[in-house]
Parts: sequence; structure tokens; C-alpha cells
Amino acid sequence: MVETETVFAGLPAADGLVLGVLHVRRETGIGRHDVGDPAAETAALKRALSQAQAELAALMAAHGGLAQDILEFQYELLEDDALLRPAFATVAAGEAADAAWAGLMDREIAEYRDGGDETMAARADDLLDLKRRVLAVLADPDPGPGEGPDTGASPVPDGAVLVADDLTPSAFLGLDWARMRGAAIRGGSPTSHVAILARAHNVPLVVGLQADPATLVPGTRALLDAEFGRLVLAPTPETLDAVAHRLSARGRTARAAAAVADEPAVTADGDVVTVLINVDDPAGLADVAATSCDGIGLTRTEFLFDAGPLPDEAAQYAVYARLVAWAEGRPVTIRTLDAGGDKPIPGVTPTDESNPFLGLRGLRLSFARPALFTVQLRALLRAAALGPVKIMAPMVTVPAEMVRLRSLVVQVGADLAAAGIAHGRPALGMMVEVPAAALMAEAFDADFYSIGSNDLIQYTTAVARDTPSVAALADPHSPAVRELIARTVTAGARRGVEVSLCGDMAADPALTGALLSTGLRTFSVAPSRLGPVKLAIRHWSKHHGAVGR
Amino acid sequence: MSGIMPPGAWAATGAAAIPDPTGLHARPAVRVTKLAKRFDAAVEIAAERAGKWVNAKSPNAVMKLKAACGERLLVRAAGPDAEAAVAAVVALVARNFEAGGDG
Repeated sequence: MVETETVFAGLPAADGLVLGVLHVRRETGIGRHDVGDPAAETAALKRALSQAQAELAALMAAHGGLAQDILEFQYELLEDDALLRPAFATVAAGEAADAAWAGLMDREIAEYRDGGDETMAARADDLLDLKRRVLAVLADPDPGPGEGPDTGASPVPDGAVLVADDLTPSAFLGLDWARMRGAAIRGGSPTSHVAILARAHNVPLVVGLQADPATLVPGTRALLDAEFGRLVLAPTPETLDAVAHRLSARGRTARAAAAVADEPAVTADGDVVTVLINVDDPAGLADVAATSCDGIGLTRTEFLFDAGPLPDEAAQYAVYARLVAWAEGRPVTIRTLDAGGDKPIPGVTPTDESNPFLGLRGLRLSFARPALFTVQLRALLRAAALGPVKIMAPMVTVPAEMVRLRSLVVQVGADLAAAGIAHGRPALGMMVEVPAAALMAEAFDADFYSIGSNDLIQYTTAVARDTPSVAALADPHSPAVRELIARTVTAGARRGVEVSLCGDMAADPALTGALLSTGLRTFSVAPSRLGPVKLAIRHWSKHHGAVGR
Repeated sequence: MSGIMPPGAWAATGAAAIPDPTGLHARPAVRVTKLAKRFDAAVEIAAERAGKWVNAKSPNAVMKLKAACGERLLVRAAGPDAEAAVAAVVALVARNFEAGGDG
């Protein structure tokens, strides 16, 4: 059979351009061929549960931290006799182990989902993960060497490009990315959790793939183009030639970017540009030298909730103090809790909103949870005694919110002073991510502006961040978005305060020139993007655009 | 709702309010069950409002309590080390499910 090249469209979620072998991951269903008598099925279920538990233990040991928190609940469920009893009862009554297990899990998942409780619904995904894991073990109790624990029945070839309907964060962590080249999935969005994990692990990922994995032929040669978001099966020699050229160009760019990552960012005209970094989790700073950037432009404090409740004032202060110490005198911008929207926190964010993106989120939520907010502000003011801490408020919409925030900060400062506790007076700035704020930026009493381009694009174009079918409309090149950014830059210049951009746009070298053209001179990017962005800045000139490339 | 023990058989009881702003979610639920499993005694807990007693050694059952922040969690145990079990679980709740103490 002669294979013809087929191209499937998707969305880029984690950059990369790789050639490999198509591996299709299908959900393991029920209906094994070798169903035994009740005694044999009971033994098979027992073995599968204990093997699944061993796999989870290995995953937790290998990844720790975030992975451990996600997986420990599943691990404990496998020892929950009260939960498991009905499955063993149905098996004893003559049902196959896989059918009994799937039935039990489906009932539990429905109960978790239907309670109308967000915390419970989120745990339903853990149960689904567990259901699949045990079914996969039952279908193939003895996977061959190198087979990941979470890949379904067929073995993963070396250099695999994985295609699947979806990929949960725990399934992602369970795959052997040293042997696999990348993944394309039907679901997901560039901002979903698995996309964040993929970028952190440098695994090329395409999401929203317009292909039915069930119709694809495993073993086909596969080109994963996560730069432009597409999957090419059985590429022609011409396509492969073009890819070879792109790969060597990408290699040259990567080497050039690495060479300037620690250098100052100066345009071809000699304009100095400030390049800050975004921090998701202070643990990631261990590998970053403070000298490679001009400070921290965004610290997302949602990580504080990773371990459950918000840490108390002392624990938060310790985290912020570590950031100040790391920055060695450079500014440290810390965003107050930005929960809500796509970042729900059980028990904190509301569960009854029809559209959480337009609801109680960001600063609006912090005002509604004064007990939580005061603890964070106290810790921030105390950390400001140690160095240049800047407080940044998310989702600011009207000037009155900045007035209210400032009076709250003054009050917290007075309380600390009355108690004789050392504290500083941090600069108080705002995210510009609501079009109303971008249009009227000059009217806000902010010590600095930071443009949150992800939400600004979403709210300007009316395109949800997790809807693949309309994602193409959410174009960062949109003149409407550019206009809002330019207005904010102008407002900052008029008021004599800094304007930075900390969304994904800042990290994309293809957009660097357009942003510099608006007058923007401060970028905040993930540490891994320092090199590519600085390289694009060095190649840009006011009069000639991108030069010398 | 009756528990796993006959009425009146509970050797020890206790209670503590949940300080966690997000209530009793997965991580605290796992902590409670892991601690309860260390005792031979039968241990049950209930959220005060709903009043339904569940086996404290079942993470699935504890998760389904849906106990909220500030709500009192009731603990009871029966068996050789019932008093110690109740004291340990109450202490875990009081220190907001953080490991430590005897835990």
C-alpha cells in the first residue's frame, strides 16, 4: 500500500518539531477474552489492584511534589475496603473482573460528579484515572519492558509520537518522555494543565487535534509540528526536506538564543529593554541565575494553594522573603491571589457561576474574602521590608478598585506599625487584562501596569481560552489587541510609570517586534524564554523592524 | 445513620473545628484515613451538620463528608486504643491536617 501524506490541524501548546513513529493510545475498554471462574476473576482483580498501587507508588517516588499530591488519593482508594467490597461481591456472583471494576468506578464517578460540589467533581477525574489504570492492568497484566504503566495495551515504540483523545496530568507524568518525542491530543487547550506540564518538561504538544485517533494506523511515520500546531502522517520527501531545513534553522536560533540568554537585552538601535521573569513556583528558581534577568515581573501566588489551604502569614512571608533574597536587589513583583476563571480553588472560588471568567475572580474575589486577602497583604508588606517588593492586583476593572486596594494596604501597614512589626511600602500596580482597564488605563491610581495578554485577548475577542473551535479568532496579532496594548503603553508614559507585558505574547519571538513598535520596553517571560526573546530584541530596529537575521 | 458498632459501644469521642478555608478536601481526607489506619480501634467521623457517621479509614467515605471550613468534625472510636485514636484524629484536625505532633 502506498501511503499518502495526511495533515491534521491542531493548536500549538508546547513548542517543538519532531519526527517519529505514530503511537495511538486508546482507552482500555471492558470485555477481555479470557474471563475465568469467580475465584480466578477475584484473584485477577486483587492482582490488578495491587499492581496499579505499585505503579502509583513508583510514579509518586519518581516525581514527588505536585505528582504526589495528585496521586496519593488514588493510591489510598486502592486500600479502601469499604469502597472495593461491592466490586468483589459482583465478581463472586459471576461477573468478570474488568466489568465489575468499571461498573463500580462508573457509579462512584457519577456520584462525585452529580453532587454539584466542585471539590468532589474535580476528584471524579482522579477516579476516572484510577478506573483506566486498573482496566489497563487487567487487559495486559504483564507489560513488556519499557512499557509505560499508562499507555493502554500496545507497546510504545522508541521515538513515539503519541496521539490520544486526551491526556490527564497523571497519565502525562506516567509516560517515558526520554523514549517518546511528543504528543497530539484531541482535547485540551494551550492553557490546560497538561500543556503547562508539557512546556515544563520540554515535550512538544499539539492540542485540539482534528483527527479521530481510532482511525489512525499505529506505526506510521509521524511529523509533529508543535510550532504551527499540526500533525503530518506519512510525510512526503519534499515535506521532510523542508523540515530538515527548519530543524537546522531552529538549531541555529536555539544556539544563538542560548548565547545571549545571560546578556542584557538591547535593540539594534541601542534601546535598553527590561526583561523580567515569570515565576509559577519558587522551586523552579533553583536553576535560574538572577543575573540573567532584570528581576521578577510576575509571581503567580496560586501555587500557595497546591498543598491545600492557603499558608498562614509566617509561611507566606517565608516564601516571599526567599524570592527577595533570590533577586539580589532586583524588583520582585508578586501578584495577589488570582483564583477563579480557569483557576478554581475549592472552597474559595464560587461554584454557582454560569460563566466564571466573568464572575468573582482575581481582585474581585480577594475583596470578597477579606480574611484570606489580609493575610496575604500582611505577608507582602513584611517582605517589602527586605527589598523592592511590588504588589500587583489581577482583574482590575474600574479605578475605584485601586482606591479601595490602596486604602486596604494603608490599613494593613498601620496595623503592622501598631504591632511593631517591620514592614515596607511596596509599589502598588495592576494587571491590565480587562478591556475596560486598557481603554481607561490613565484613570487608574497604579504605580505600574502589567498587561496580561492571555485574558486581554480572551475578553477583547470574546473567545474562551479552552474552546478549540473558535481559538483561531483569539489572534495575538489582532489590531484590536495591539491598540489596547498601545493605549496602555501611552497611559504609562503620560503618568511616568512602568508598563510591562507578562502574558504568553511576551514570550513569543514572532511578536517581539510588534510589541516593541508599540513602545513597550518591559517584558516578563518564563525563564526558559529569556534567550529567544532577548535574541529577537537584539535583532529589532525602530526603522527597519527585524534586522540581521 | 448507624455506624459499624452497636449503639453505646463507643469508648471515646471528641470533636474539633476545621480551620482549613477550603474545608475537608482530598489531601486532608487522605491524612485522616492514613492516621486512623494506624490504630486497631474502629474509628468513625462525622460532619456535625449532616451528622452521618462514616468509617474514618475509608478515604472515599471521608471525602464524601463534604465538611466545610469552620464546621466541627466529630470523632468516635471503639477498641483497645480508642482514646489514643480519637485524640490523634482530633489533634490532626486542630492543626489543620498538617503532619507533625505524634503524626
